[in-house]
Amino acid sequence: MKAGAVPRQERVSAVNEFLSALVSIMFHGLAYAMILYVVSVGLSVTMGLMGFANLAHGVFAMAGGYVAISLMSRLGLSFGPAVVLAVLVVAAASVVLERLLYARLYGAGEIEQVLFTIGLIFMSIAAAKFMFGSSQQELVLPAALRGEVSILGRMFPTYRAFIIVTGAIIALGLWLGLERSQFGARVRAAVDNRRMARSVGIDTDRLFSLTFALGSGLAALGGALGGELLTIHPAYAIEHLVYFLTVVAVGGLGSIRGPFLAAVLLGVGDTACKYLLPDIGAFFIYFALFGLLLWRPAGLFGRA
Amino acid sequence: MFVYRSAATISPVDYMVCSHRLRWPELLPWVAIIAAYFAFPSYLALGAQVMIMVLFALSLDLVLGYAGIVTLGHAAFFGVGAYTAGILAVHGWEEAITALPVAAAVAGAVGLVTGYIILRTRGLTLLMLTLAVASMLGEAANKANWLTGGADGLQGITLRPLLGVFHFDLFGRTAFVYCALVLFAGWVFVRRLVHAPFGRSLTGIRENAARMHAIGAPVRQRQIIVYTIAAALAGVAGALEAQTTQFVGLNVLSFDLSGAVLIMLIFGGVGRLYGAFVGAPLYMVAQDALSRLDPEYWFFWVGLLLVVTVMFARGGILGVADLLRRKVMR
Repeated sequence: MKAGAVPRQERVSAVNEFLSALVSIMFHGLAYAMILYVVSVGLSVTMGLMGFANLAHGVFAMAGGYVAISLMSRLGLSFGPAVVLAVLVVAAASVVLERLLYARLYGAGEIEQVLFTIGLIFMSIAAAKFMFGSSQQELVLPAALRGEVSILGRMFPTYRAFIIVTGAIIALGLWLGLERSQFGARVRAAVDNRRMARSVGIDTDRLFSLTFALGSGLAALGGALGGELLTIHPAYAIEHLVYFLTVVAVGGLGSIRGPFLAAVLLGVGDTACKYLLPDIGAFFIYFALFGLLLWRPAGLFGRA
Repeated sequence: MFVYRSAATISPVDYMVCSHRLRWPELLPWVAIIAAYFAFPSYLALGAQVMIMVLFALSLDLVLGYAGIVTLGHAAFFGVGAYTAGILAVHGWEEAITALPVAAAVAGAVGLVTGYIILRTRGLTLLMLTLAVASMLGEAANKANWLTGGADGLQGITLRPLLGVFHFDLFGRTAFVYCALVLFAGWVFVRRLVHAPFGRSLTGIRENAARMHAIGAPVRQRQIIVYTIAAALAGVAGALEAQTTQFVGLNVLSFDLSGAVLIMLIFGGVGRLYGAFVGAPLYMVAQDALSRLDPEYWFFWVGLLLVVTVMFARGGILGVADLLRRKVMR
């Protein structure tokens, strides 16, 4: 063998290492993306439907996380029922909030909506701190979701695989549900032209409440399921606000597919850059954001 | 959207001609500031902080109140100004007054570049981009440890006496007068600006951008210009903060600060030039009182106050005062 040549075995292992890093980035990135998607898609729909700048959307995700975790730790429920119950509780609470407060501001200016929702965020931070303390809440996973699972000869963390599968199912369900059902047709009609929708007899007020509940419920689901990726703590809603809004803005308001694509792009890109370039990787999301929105100001699937 | 000074009682032409004339209530803030200097000699440091926030809120009023651009990231420019002044001082530029225009220029340049990029968008996307600019700069300041001191903050700011005579004393007397004079200059500038044709066209853009387009006003260009001006002014406020506290921490670029200045302006009243003068002191006093009453959960009450203001008192304090005055006059 000539001096300086890399032995074949080492070359193979280097390639292997690179591949496994790539697969692992894809995998972690996708899991992250799914959480971002599930939390943000509701925001996209309510934003497109009602034109409401609801910065407090993350509060519902945080609430979902808190409710699920305390149902498990204090009432001893198991993971599945706790998450389902948390989604229902948050969705129900969100309807009350929507009818009592949000609905009064539908016609108001953007600044009022922004301030109102910032006020809600402040209150939620204080309330969460008061009820659960300022430390992070640990999501105790059931045994079935701990450990690793083997897919195509590689080992993957079961929890993340579960998140990816669940996220994909939800995305598919939402897409089918809003494309194929009458409810979906009404929602799309109201997004396109609210006054026209109202004049052909669609009860837009009820539609708003329903979609708001759906969006908040999904956020709660994302918050509860993703509790280990985006840890639940009082400042949750502010800390992840940029990410949630980015997914919505890049995806395009009122779209279902847009946030999915945006979440995958940003989740995988963010994970990859933070892993490969630890020093400057955190800036990826901003450059992606500015680049994409310069190219398409209304988002990937948005109507200009 | 907002409630403005009532023009209903006089003819529009008279309103346009007279509105820039100085009326006596406009001097009240300055009387208050001079009185505060003599009445509260032990609170002068706090007074300087308040005036810095007033200047900051005033710059936000230009963007939000007059041009109608909703921003969640105005702290970006405050922070850039603060870091500029701080870094200059640490590296030997210890003259405070000449550092102000430099801070204004750097913050203005950041405003120009980001404004050029983000002002193509509208509504929620614009909102999010303003937030993104601020949090990107915050991240950058955090990472650039060698320049900004990172999470520990920028320490070791020393300044030469102002004009070679006035030392920055322990009681904050110099700082107070210095901030008051800069604020006064800022106020004169902003007041002239909003009553100038340029300011009028901003109001037009806020009220109806499509019509302003139709009459041939360069809408986007005007928005970028006012965004740049406001950024420069916020940069001056940030520079004052760095100089008077002799410390710059990452919080100058935080969402909390962007939110706080927004809240100050809303509490005071948006688009009326004096909302900043009412809102900023009130917010800071309220924050001080609340955080003493309830140190852990005081922002719950700020949040509640915000929700109540939005629900019941849209025009802020000055708006409610106007409403009451009109009711009494009738």
